[in-house]
Amino acid sequence: MTHLTNFEVFLLLSVLKVAVVLVITLMGVAYTVLLERKLLARMQNRWGPSRVGPFGLLQPLVDGAKSFLKEDMNPLAVERPLFILAPIISLGCALISVAVVPFGAVTRVDGVDLFQIANVNIGLLVILGITSIGVYGITLSGWSSNNKYSLLGSLRSTAQVISYELALGLSLVGVVLRAQSLNLRTIVNSQSAHGALSWNIFGGFQIVAFFIYLMAAYAETNRAPFDLPEAENELVAGYHTEYSSMKFAMFFMAEYANMITVGCVATLLFFGGASSPFGHIFDILLNTPVFNAIFPVCWFVVKVFSFLALYIWVRGTLPRFRYDQLMSFGWKFLLPLAMANIIVTSFVLAMRG
Amino acid sequence: MQLALFIIFGALALGGALNLLFQRHPIHSALSLVVVMMSLAVLYWSLGAEFLAAAQVIVYSGAIMVLFVFVIMLLNAGKEQRTKGSRAAYAVGFPGAAAIFCLLSFVFLSERGALKSSNIGGDLSDGLDNIAQVSAMLFTRQLLPFEVTSVLILVAILGAVVLARKEQ
Repeated sequence: MTHLTNFEVFLLLSVLKVAVVLVITLMGVAYTVLLERKLLARMQNRWGPSRVGPFGLLQPLVDGAKSFLKEDMNPLAVERPLFILAPIISLGCALISVAVVPFGAVTRVDGVDLFQIANVNIGLLVILGITSIGVYGITLSGWSSNNKYSLLGSLRSTAQVISYELALGLSLVGVVLRAQSLNLRTIVNSQSAHGALSWNIFGGFQIVAFFIYLMAAYAETNRAPFDLPEAENELVAGYHTEYSSMKFAMFFMAEYANMITVGCVATLLFFGGASSPFGHIFDILLNTPVFNAIFPVCWFVVKVFSFLALYIWVRGTLPRFRYDQLMSFGWKFLLPLAMANIIVTSFVLAMRG
Repeated sequence: MQLALFIIFGALALGGALNLLFQRHPIHSALSLVVVMMSLAVLYWSLGAEFLAAAQVIVYSGAIMVLFVFVIMLLNAGKEQRTKGSRAAYAVGFPGAAAIFCLLSFVFLSERGALKSSNIGGDLSDGLDNIAQVSAMLFTRQLLPFEVTSVLILVAILGAVVLARKEQ
């Protein structure tokens, strides 16, 4: 690559990274749907999708094709520009936040880090900001549908998401205090000294923060047991009642992409990101560049995957909250607990100097 | 790079602001305001103030404007009526806007030397971590205004709770 300038190399590799990460995320979304259907089916003592391909493995592709081929209906009374904009905002915001996630060890090729699209100083705040913009997708979809069920669903969902955003943001402060940075790479490096012992959830004593984050994140992504926005026995299908074909599929994909993002963030902040749980024990055996590049990515994928499995397990286990229970749980329990966690963490850090 | 970002997002902010004024439906106006906020955030970031940019997105676009949209949805506000505009607005508004424009350009032109030497216009990712600097400044030299502002916000929250509470 001698005839290319540094900037051209950077540009080409960045475009390549974006394309690869986007494709992998979308495939991850598709197969998370299949995983959920299979696991839920097993928990309910049935088979799940099993006809298309071996073990039903081609089901996501067929589902995608079906969504594309279905008739795209626009009800007459909808507010057209916003009705079309809403799923785009939802899916766009869900996919953008993957851009700042470091999913491997620093591996430089021509000065470009292979396993992270953008290493920004405020990576954590970028993710929080993009999540908070994603609320508009839900809000606008309900309003522009001109349907009372959609409106009620989106009002519920918006109130829920902006309430739990507080607990979510505050639960991360303890981690930021420990790492003294908002850069996701620095946060990961601060936990990689002694393997699993130095992860924030164990060695950092952020286990309370982790559970606050987990519960707030379930509410943020509108997943069970906080899936009130689409409580089908009360609201038909919530904010996406009026959407059909690919527009509905975009909301659906946004939900699963958000699950993946939440799994990534939990992995990065509490479970040491792409670092190995065994620390540097195996460094002597496998210290080749290829292993050093590939193993961290595998650890990262395994950690995110276990979060997705946990999501599905929780959905198969817990019943739905009532709406007033949901609000009082968020405001009266999670928020004070998160503040207490911040005070205790900063006190301990100050005592240690 | 910085100039291109400035032109693109400056134009976007201006377009959003004009759209805010010309749209007749409150929701469209609120959404144009969101566009303005986001473009301002990009401008802040391109000037190197990354914490300010993130705070702008999270606080203004993510919290305050969501509440705006929420309230407009709840009230189900319809399209507003066009009026001729009040005479007072014309009498005060245009001279006022002109005066502010003149004042700002006077300040910028007279302080040109000082502005040039400050570190505005750092690169987008030169690794300058200014969150530590901002927080150190807030909690040392600006401590009193910072605390007074937080008390002010607390008072506002209490006021809202008192106003919203039902009579016993």
